[in-house]
Amino acid sequence: MLRIFKKILTTGVVTERFSMRSHAERGNEDELEQLGIQIKRHIDKQFSGSIAIRQVDAGSCNGCELEIHALNNPFYDIERFGVHFVASPRHADVLLVTGPVSRHMQTALLRTYEATPNPKWVVAAGDCAACGGEFGVSYASCGAVSNVIPVDAVIPGCPPTPLALMKGLLGLMGVKK
Amino acid sequence: MSTSKWTADFLSRLGTEITVAQIDVPSITLWQIESHAWQRFAELAVQQNLRWAAGWAEQVQSLFLINACFEKQGEYVLLRTLLDDSNPELPSQATVYPAANRSERHTQDMFGIKFIGHPDNRRWTRHQAWTENSYPLRKDFPVKGTPVGITAPDIHYPFIKSHGAGTYEIPVGPVHAGIIEPGHFRFQAVGELILNLEERLGYVHKGIEKIAEGRTPESLARLAGRVSGDTTVGHCWAACMAMEQAAGVEIPPRAALIRGILAERERVANHMGDIGAICNDVAFVFAQMQFTRLRELWLRTNATVFGHRLLMDQIVPGGVVCDLSDASCSLIKKEIAELRTELAEVILALDLNTSLEDRLYTAGFLSEQTAAAFGTLGYVGRASGQDFDVRRDAPYAPYDRVMVKVALENQGDIASRVWVRYKEIRTALRLIGEFIDRLVDGDIRTEWQMPAAGSEGLGIVEGWRGEIISHIRFDADNKIARFYPRDPSQLNWAALEKLVLNNIVPDFPVCNKSLNGSYSGNDL
Repeated sequence: MLRIFKKILTTGVVTERFSMRSHAERGNEDELEQLGIQIKRHIDKQFSGSIAIRQVDAGSCNGCELEIHALNNPFYDIERFGVHFVASPRHADVLLVTGPVSRHMQTALLRTYEATPNPKWVVAAGDCAACGGEFGVSYASCGAVSNVIPVDAVIPGCPPTPLALMKGLLGLMGVKK
Repeated sequence: MSTSKWTADFLSRLGTEITVAQIDVPSITLWQIESHAWQRFAELAVQQNLRWAAGWAEQVQSLFLINACFEKQGEYVLLRTLLDDSNPELPSQATVYPAANRSERHTQDMFGIKFIGHPDNRRWTRHQAWTENSYPLRKDFPVKGTPVGITAPDIHYPFIKSHGAGTYEIPVGPVHAGIIEPGHFRFQAVGELILNLEERLGYVHKGIEKIAEGRTPESLARLAGRVSGDTTVGHCWAACMAMEQAAGVEIPPRAALIRGILAERERVANHMGDIGAICNDVAFVFAQMQFTRLRELWLRTNATVFGHRLLMDQIVPGGVVCDLSDASCSLIKKEIAELRTELAEVILALDLNTSLEDRLYTAGFLSEQTAAAFGTLGYVGRASGQDFDVRRDAPYAPYDRVMVKVALENQGDIASRVWVRYKEIRTALRLIGEFIDRLVDGDIRTEWQMPAAGSEGLGIVEGWRGEIISHIRFDADNKIARFYPRDPSQLNWAALEKLVLNNIVPDFPVCNKSLNGSYSGNDL
């Protein structure tokens, strides 16, 4: 137990903020913090302080999932801005959809969308979700998410970095007045 | 390991029963047999302890080529038979090798080839995106298909049923509760005890094999890098190796070393992420936070040195795109030294933790026999006594010049899989250092040469999940005719159905994470 406490104490807080210098992507610390503050402001105003995201992989290669996971690591710790990931679409404000929509996932995605209460927003994350990416439209793939459900914001990248994902979410807030 | 050639001995044992035509293909030992002997060959092969490694089909004009890849002592043999397209059927090998089961079902769905005597010939990859009597990988099937507006869910799939007092079913997925890929799991349970688990995958089937056709080598490498995003280096390398074999292109030594560094960096990143996630699944958040932190630092170095956090598109046909400067090399070495210190601290805290001991030891047990029968690969196989690693047993550049120590455990539980991964991280860190030390000045990319029409290659590498086999055949004009990537997940997924038995339902997530199959790499 003591070892755990010692490691926690010596690790300290790595969550990135304005004054944070070590380990940081060059020049990103400031940006990340500013982004976070803006996101938080929007969330406070429009979502009463908290926004719930349901992530749906509709056919991705799992690259996007890795970077979405990273949003929860101690560096980004997106939850401090009031953004959290939920286990059910019924608890969600936002669907964060990745991948080209495989035809085998089409109905599942539609049902997830229907299960999400209004008002709801859909963010298509990653090049595949944005435009079909490397996979496009085929016998097995519907291509972009917007071919299946209405999309409110798009975050390009293969995969988008955690910072790009945060920017994209901010973009969504900016759209919705 | 691969000093003794078993192939000559094996051929002599076949005697007159099966006629083997040895076809001359560069870099591949190719044996061609009559289709009626397909199953008989497997029976003899299993007696001689050959491992069934991969199976796939191709269509060349009016013929179907059925392929199965076997391995023993690091020596690979590609077995092939030709079928006329008028009535494509042959005896199943899945009766002998459980490992071949889903692969044959995939070939059945995609090519309409019938495997006679198959123990379970339900559809596998096909849901409802195409009809029962059409086969996407046949050349007359258009890549666009004939989709309807909304593809129906596959609700009539005949799952195994259980009956009896107190038994009940839990359907899970395809959309899961976490940030994870889609797939369906059907549990039968009594109380909390899992009686049976049936996996239903194929949800992320996006036609990778079909859309590969007609691509250029560069474009195929990009696609291969997206077979499974977490294994982008592994798949890209295997595909490029296959293409280079077909074209007779030799990559420069410096490129091989950089590929090795990329592959080991991918291994370390994934193992760190997974060890953390396994601990998180038993509510030990300390490890999750530490390992996601270490993983993030590692990915940031990737971005600094290679320009991409997950190392996508670094490997290209003929070499690599990103060179390593001296500054980058010293940055990597410094990072490795720091990581070693940190890992030692964190792992010690894990090792001494009684709650982890309680949850991870004996849970998710996979016996050596089951692991062998299903051809289980990588850390899952090695935690259940399967002593195999391509890097050591069938080494390719740059692993042919270094010592690869293979971690092995035989308790077969989740804890064993964690320990194997930890040891693999340590080996990988050492290998990265060695590769950097061996870097010599020179090119990082050889000029591409157009391969002859019909030429083929078989790329086999040790990805972070285990052995990846990638088969490529070229058409005329530098175009791909066939691409088949066999991710280790295609074999490991079946082992999950076995290792969860007699565990409690709440332990399923940690059992699943300890194996961590790729859905995308399986569904293609």
